[in-house]
Amino acid sequence: MSWAFLRDLLSGVNKYSTGIGRIWVAVVFMFRLLVYVAAAENIWKHEHDEFECNIKQPGCENVCFDHYFPVSHIRLWALQLIMVSTPSLLVVFHVAYRENREKHHNQKLYKNSGKIDGGLLCTYLISLILKTGLETVFLVLFYKLYNGFKIPHLVKCDIKPCPNTVDCYISKPTEKMIFLYFLVATSCLCIILNLGELSYLIFKYSVKCYLKRHVKKQQ
Amino acid sequence: MDWGALHTILGGVNKHSTSIGKIWLTVLFIFRIMILVVAAEKVWGDEQDDFVCNTLQPGCRNVCYDHFFPISHIRLWALQLIFVSTPALLVAMHVAYRRHEKKKQFRKGDQKCEFRDMEEIRKQRFHIEGSLWWTYTSSIFCRLIFEAVFMYAFYFMYDGFRMPRLMKCSAWPCPNTVDCFVSRPTEKTVFTIFMIAVSSICILLNVAELCYLLTKFFLRRSKKAGNSKQQPNHENKEETKQNEMNELISDSCQNTVIGFSS
Repeated sequence: MSWAFLRDLLSGVNKYSTGIGRIWVAVVFMFRLLVYVAAAENIWKHEHDEFECNIKQPGCENVCFDHYFPVSHIRLWALQLIMVSTPSLLVVFHVAYRENREKHHNQKLYKNSGKIDGGLLCTYLISLILKTGLETVFLVLFYKLYNGFKIPHLVKCDIKPCPNTVDCYISKPTEKMIFLYFLVATSCLCIILNLGELSYLIFKYSVKCYLKRHVKKQQ
Repeated sequence: MDWGALHTILGGVNKHSTSIGKIWLTVLFIFRIMILVVAAEKVWGDEQDDFVCNTLQPGCRNVCYDHFFPISHIRLWALQLIFVSTPALLVAMHVAYRRHEKKKQFRKGDQKCEFRDMEEIRKQRFHIEGSLWWTYTSSIFCRLIFEAVFMYAFYFMYDGFRMPRLMKCSAWPCPNTVDCFVSRPTEKTVFTIFMIAVSSICILLNVAELCYLLTKFFLRRSKKAGNSKQQPNHENKEETKQNEMNELISDSCQNTVIGFSS
């Protein structure tokens, strides 16, 4: 079980997406998943070992690290990637349900079971709203947990068993900050793509509905 | 998910590339991505653990490492490779869009569609002309820009491409100016120069491909212009023939009219 599973999942979703949806999948693959696996994971690999406090008191380093990093950036990043990709499963399930129904009734109920119309449109829109919501939640979580998107060189810690206020040094803060900004930028890009796709679909189908009604009235 | 997935994605684009594009892709995968994964990552693997400073002051090593290596070489290369590979996706999307249009035509039963079945459409190789030419050329241009930007960023951040053995650091909390020693500086210099050399080769390949595409474009244009110049002579001959016939018909009409009137 690894990131390959997520990759296969997203490839499956790609089939039933709009053009903007496919761009979103490409951005998630190239700029989020691949950057995470190829670069970011290694930066945070030894973060605990390399976290150094100016004290010999046993336990002080552990306690300070735990206080300043309740959930490591890299774990939050991984959770964000998984959560944000999951709503697309709703669309896959709905298409599978349609195909199952056709098999069960032994007749063609839908012109094209993968086309985004009717119930599938609602599912698709819900998945887009969920994706955008989850992205925003994670960005806010990052901001609240770490007081903005900055990573300081030095943190001052005075939790027991540290005897006094002790200086603790974080490893590779600049590199971590660069990748954190990269994460934020790609999240914002994905939010914009999702909102764009939402507006496009709503606009397209309202125009379709309006034209249908107009034609009916004329008839 | 790893570089292998990137290989699968870009492998699809390979079918529709020019020969120089295929060479570029091979160079990218063998001499950059493979070297990065198989060798370079191990050379830089222990970079912070073996970065040693001549002081026992806790925190001095961390701070000095961060000061001299704001972003590690290996991460910069990984980002460079990702950014440089991304424009090829534009071509892949354009090809997929064209294929989708052809499938639509085929499904509608259009007689203009020259394919016998969906398999042929899937396997078809598109020639780089029309709007695909513009997409392909823009992707090469973007690649060139990304390569140049990353090479410059590298040069700017590390004051050249050499890895020094010793760095002098006086950032707080280091008490004085402290000597810090980088691990494996010669090996790192060798790999840095290798990666820069291969980047330069890739830049040259991209420039060559761009020139090739532009030359092809202008040649095709001049051919078209040449063809359209020949055609008006043909048309003129035909026009004059038609004019003669019209004159004959109108003369004969006039004669009959005159004949009737008289």
